[in-house]
Parts: sequence; structure tokens; C-alpha cells
Amino acid sequence: MTTSSQENNWAVWMRAAMTGDAGAYRQFLVSVAPHVRAVARSRCRSLGAPEGEVEDIVQEVLLTLHLKRGTWDRSRPIGPWVAAITRNKLIDILRQRGRHITVPIEDFMDSLQAEDLTPELSSRDIDTLLGHLKPQQKEVVRSISLNGSSIRETAERLQMTEVAVRVTLHRALKALAVFYRSSARED
Amino acid sequence: MKTDDLIELLAKDLVPWRFRSILAGAVAGGIIIAAILFFAGIGFRPDIAEAVESNRFLFKFVVTVALAVTALWVTLSVGRPGGSLAHRGLALAIAPALLAGAAVVELLVLPESQWMPHLVGHNARFCLTLIPLLSIGPLACLLAALREGAPSSPGLAGAVAGLAASGIAATFYAANCTDDSALFVITWYPIAILIVTTAGYLIGRKLLRW
Repeated sequence: MTTSSQENNWAVWMRAAMTGDAGAYRQFLVSVAPHVRAVARSRCRSLGAPEGEVEDIVQEVLLTLHLKRGTWDRSRPIGPWVAAITRNKLIDILRQRGRHITVPIEDFMDSLQAEDLTPELSSRDIDTLLGHLKPQQKEVVRSISLNGSSIRETAERLQMTEVAVRVTLHRALKALAVFYRSSARED
Repeated sequence: MKTDDLIELLAKDLVPWRFRSILAGAVAGGIIIAAILFFAGIGFRPDIAEAVESNRFLFKFVVTVALAVTALWVTLSVGRPGGSLAHRGLALAIAPALLAGAAVVELLVLPESQWMPHLVGHNARFCLTLIPLLSIGPLACLLAALREGAPSSPGLAGAVAGLAASGIAATFYAANCTDDSALFVITWYPIAILIVTTAGYLIGRKLLRW
């Protein structure tokens, strides 16, 4: 796929996502992940960081893209926006791990051609991650990510309102982002 | 954790929001806080009815509103990933250019003996304390909004937010201050604005990392 058609797809999906289309948003994330992975892998390789860290970085970048999605200006191209967030996050993560590096923006744009499709597992165990959440957040995250339940099913099973499930999920994701950052610092 | 599981979670957490709306809310909040402080604490100058007939008085608002509007416009840009002054930074020159032009006119129309009295004025001390005080609310609101943003340079974003906040504060303060000469404004306002901008920079550098 060429760079521009790839970017066009991202922009179309993201616009739909902004109006609440979860399917389009999922497509966007699934499509962006391999590019982030390719950049993270090449960075880790050139810095001699363990391969196992790649997927941690991918997940942290995806989480950041998610939490910052409102900062994409729809009148501007989406590729540079994704690239800027990826670069900022990579610098931040690798700096926290004591490596002084620069990540040229071209790295990301190049990777638009070099897709890496291997799905991978983060070194962070789901139970460890869930251990950092409040009990209710844990239940909601487990229900949605591991059982693949919808918001409504989750709400019914946990006897919560749908709004409460959404709020809980959102807080859980913010808590996860904080945990990702702090755990990277400890390494 | 599998990345696919994470994506599943993210896709379900889909409440649309836009940085622009959050920033707009922060501006409204900041103006309200500054207005409450203004009307409760200092209020309009006593001769406001006559003052609004004076071009010197009115021009102060041209400058302060220009500062607030341009700095907010730049904030919207530097609060986003990849944002820098290269994109919209030049707009920040508008308010200083307007003020410098007015100061030149003032030098031309005033006899030389009047320059220093107009420059020194009567309210320098109030100007240097009230503008920073009135800025606190707007700056806090703008920084809170920027935390939801993703500035590539946190310090810069904080500084520009400081400029915007002092633009809002100076607009209120100018309605209280009886010194209307551009020579007064160009001497004292920038010092007050620099204080707020520096505070914004220092806080932003700490607070706006993501």
C-alpha cells in the first residue's frame, strides 16, 4: 500500500471514529500498530535494547494516540500527527531508560512503507497490569479485553449503567498510561 | 498483554472530544474567573464614562485583546503534537507592533517635557501586581486544557499560555488603570506580562509533559 493511500485510510477511519464509529477506530488502531512496531523495533535494535521491549513501546504509543486523539486537527494530514506522537513517546520512553537518543521523524514516515505484521505480546503480564487498577476497573477491563464483551453486556453483568462502564473504562486506561510511564522509569 | 486486547479496550472507549473545544472551555472559564476577581476586587476606574470617549483609553484594549487573541491562536497550535512557533508564531508580533506604533505616535504628539511623566504614570505598582494576579485563573485554566493536549515543547506551550492569560488579565486591568499613555503601557505592561509568561514556561515544563 502506498503512503498516501494508507494515510488517507487512517484519516477516513479517524474522522469516522470522531463521530463515534468504534469499528472504524479499531481499523485505524490495527492499521497503525505495525508501523509503530516497525519504528520501535528498529530503534530498539540500533540502541541494543531488548526485543521484548518493542511491544511494551507499541502499546504505550497506542494508548497515547488514544488519549490524545482529540489533538488531531482534521484539516491537517494525519501521518505527521501519528509520527509526532510516536516520536515524542519513543524519546520519552527511551530517555527514561537512560538512553540518550534522537528519533528523526523520517524514521516513521519511512516505516509507512515497511509494514511489520507480526502481532506480539507485551512483556507485561495482563495480571500485573490489572493489579494496578481498582477492583471495578479491573472487572471492566477483564470483561471487555479478555472476554470481548460489549459495553452493554459488561454493564448488565456487573450491574452498572453503560455510562458508568464507559467512565470506569476511561479511568482505567488513564491509570494504565500512568502505570506504563512509571514502570518504564523503574527499568 | 496482547496488543489486540489493548486495541479492543481502546476501541470501546470512544467518547469524541476535540482539543479545540477543551481550549475554548478553558478560555471561557479563565475569563469568568478574571471577571469575578476584577469586579469584586478593583472594578472600573471612577471616570469610566468619560474614558470611553478617549482614543488613548480605547487603544489599550486594541493591544491587550490582540495579545490575548493571537496568543490563544498560537496556543491551539503549540498544544498539538509537532506544533511549533514556525507555524503561527509570527502572529505574536501583532500586539507588540501595534503598541510600538502607538508609542511612536505618542512621542510625536507629546512635548518632550511630558514624555517622562506619561511613561512613569501613577499606577506602575498596581500594573505589576494586578496583571499577574488577574492572570492566575486564566493561566490555570489554559494549563489544565493543555494537559489534555500534547505539546511537543511543554515549556513553549506553557509560555504561550502565559502570554494568552496575561492578555486576558491586561484587558481587565486596562479598564481599571487611569494611565492611558502608550508610553506607560509599553513600559510597564510587558514587565507584568513577562512575569506571567515566565511562570507559564516554568510550570509548563513540569506539568505539560506527556
